[in-house]
Amino acid sequence: MINYILRRLLYVLPVLVGVNILTFVLFFVVNTPDDMARMQLGDKHVSQAAVDNWKAQRGYDLPLLWNEEEEGFAKASKTIFFEKSVGLFVFDLGTSDNGRDIIADISQRMWPSLAIAIPSLIFGVLANITFALLLIFYRGSYLEFGGLFICITLMSISGLFYIIAGQYFIGKLLVLTPISGYAPGMDAVKFIILPVLIGIVGGLGSGVRWYRTLFLEEAAKDYVRTAKAKGLSDLQILFKHVLKNALIPILTGIVVILPLLFMGSLITESFFGIPGLGSYTIDAISSQDFAIVRSMVFLGSFLYIIGLLLTDISYTLVDPRVRLD
Amino acid sequence: MLTLLWTDIAVFALVIAGMYGAWASSKKEHLRRPWGQVFESTVGVVSLTVLLVFILVGVLDSVRIQHHDALASGEVSEHAKTLSLLDIVLTPIRTRVEKTYSMPFAHTAYAKEMVADSNGQSQWHYPRLVFAGSHLAYPAVEKTSDIGHKILMGVAVAVLVWLLLILCITGIRGQHPFKQDANGLKACVWTLLAVFLLLGAAANLAPYYHILGTDKVGEDVLYQAIKSIRTGLVIGALTTIVMLPIAISLGLMAGFFRGWVDDVIQYLYTTLSSIPGVLLIAAAILMAQVYMANNPELFTTLEDRADMRLLLLCMILGVTSWTGLCRLLRAETLKIREMDYVIAAQALGVKQLQILKRHVLPNVMHLVMITVVLDFSGLVLAEAVLSYINIGVDPSTYSWGNMINTSRLEMAREPIVWWSLAASFVFMFTLVLAANLFADVVRDAFDPRANN
Repeated sequence: MINYILRRLLYVLPVLVGVNILTFVLFFVVNTPDDMARMQLGDKHVSQAAVDNWKAQRGYDLPLLWNEEEEGFAKASKTIFFEKSVGLFVFDLGTSDNGRDIIADISQRMWPSLAIAIPSLIFGVLANITFALLLIFYRGSYLEFGGLFICITLMSISGLFYIIAGQYFIGKLLVLTPISGYAPGMDAVKFIILPVLIGIVGGLGSGVRWYRTLFLEEAAKDYVRTAKAKGLSDLQILFKHVLKNALIPILTGIVVILPLLFMGSLITESFFGIPGLGSYTIDAISSQDFAIVRSMVFLGSFLYIIGLLLTDISYTLVDPRVRLD
Repeated sequence: MLTLLWTDIAVFALVIAGMYGAWASSKKEHLRRPWGQVFESTVGVVSLTVLLVFILVGVLDSVRIQHHDALASGEVSEHAKTLSLLDIVLTPIRTRVEKTYSMPFAHTAYAKEMVADSNGQSQWHYPRLVFAGSHLAYPAVEKTSDIGHKILMGVAVAVLVWLLLILCITGIRGQHPFKQDANGLKACVWTLLAVFLLLGAAANLAPYYHILGTDKVGEDVLYQAIKSIRTGLVIGALTTIVMLPIAISLGLMAGFFRGWVDDVIQYLYTTLSSIPGVLLIAAAILMAQVYMANNPELFTTLEDRADMRLLLLCMILGVTSWTGLCRLLRAETLKIREMDYVIAAQALGVKQLQILKRHVLPNVMHLVMITVVLDFSGLVLAEAVLSYINIGVDPSTYSWGNMINTSRLEMAREPIVWWSLAASFVFMFTLVLAANLFADVVRDAFDPRANN
């Protein structure tokens, strides 16, 4: 087990290197730092001095891959690739293009993100499972047919509409919750109710359908027929056998996204004005802060890979048939 | 003179490829049976008919004609130096531009203004619109009956055209389409009736009213919503053609050759799929913006630029979305390469590429088909979200995402401007719902597990 985890962790490294090279090519080779400087400084008629100044302030004035002017190891280390990319591996994310410490920003902004993401996930999964079980229980009836149609309808509505409609009806007309904003501590509750609710409703269509297929697959297995032949009631079979066994893929499916919860939701956070990592990323995109976008790409990839690893481990924990070695 | 943008070429290539695909699969028994099942299902045929109507609009919008007269008279805005066939069909609603917002079916403007009345005195009053309802002398009394009358006339023409169509079908087939055994055709004909009725009523109303109101600069919202159809379709479809060759070739190779080829390909897709999709798209679009800002000579017109950005967006979406299908195909190929017929072919000395083409590819086509239709609706929805974060299509391109984006601020106005949002909602919902329903039917028909 330990062996396996170690090996998997070693496999993480080349993937991260790949991500790093890709982002490096995207951010520094496709467009040189000069291009970025001109774009940031606005006009096409920016003086070269201003461009050089901009680059020097942010440490973009080094050569890309190889520094001829330095001696020994510094030939490779005094370069943009080394300073900006290799630093990511030790989570030295550096400063953003407007001079703020990225790590400090992230550690401060991840809490609001989590405050939205965790309740959305928990209540969302509970709601999805409940409705999926209902559909399974009333299999073959008009209730199921209607439920499936509602699912497809819910799936066909863009997430943006849920947010706009929720803000308008619940926030503006009924004035049950604030339309947007955030407050630290316990005051946050009234601000997160609406985004969480919308997150749950928005994911209901695809979620219920997905869980339903999982349950259906489980319900088609032989042991369910045996249980039925032995005279167990439908309800007993559903809760004692189908639900219990289908929990394996459900749990592992959740584990994959657990680390990514830190990243927050781009759209929800920016619509509701929540100062989390999602809106941090959006702000960085719209103000074209390349340093932040690059850090978030790296962080996101890292968390995704950790999620994959956790999934494999959780398989062994919940399913005794799976052994990793 | 005909002009082509890059995405237009792609649209036509796609239509031709689709036709070829339909023709090719009609000759293959193992593909004809599931498609037959799709065409027998009422839901499948209804959604396909709706999709085809949307596609027709998209194709009409891709045939462009250089419009010198329009340009000279300043009739078209700067970013549309060409007119598509659709623009020409929609001329009455395209050119009737009001001053600013107006409600659907309104004959007066959205906000009060100082208006000089007949006595030369100015009054604080809702001014009449320049075009909508201008044929009525006393709109307050006449409007409702006029609208009703116009709808009735439009509907009557639509029913006549539909009856003519039925007659044609009856003539060709030798029996009318409502016979019990032609389930698919029946569904198709009824859907067409609904489409005709809507089109007829709208076509008769549109020259006299703004059916879905006007936006901030007075442009007809219905026109914007219809123009957005092409953008949605291009995003959904073009991304698929970018993604398919990569996913199919890499997936088959990884599963078939195994060894280091498999390792490399697995590494590639793990790396790519580990980067959060939105961030990768954002990074790529940011870089494209920098590139365009620094190379203005390559993109002479705004239209070229917007088109390039649309194409680029499709490519990036394609690059980020091939990994799922690739993984599926790899797993399936691993299974197929152990089948008796593949081993027999290998023993007989058939070349590897031949085996892949003749024995493996046809047996994974159902997975490809299912993925294509399933991904389509997701991509249309993704466009709206990406445009909202400003990393989607160009702001000057008509798209539902851009409409939603602008209508966010309009929702805060008093009285609220809801029609832009409603229009984009209805159009997008119809397209995505049809695509989702169709995808479901296709999956049920092609998925071998579903048949047991």
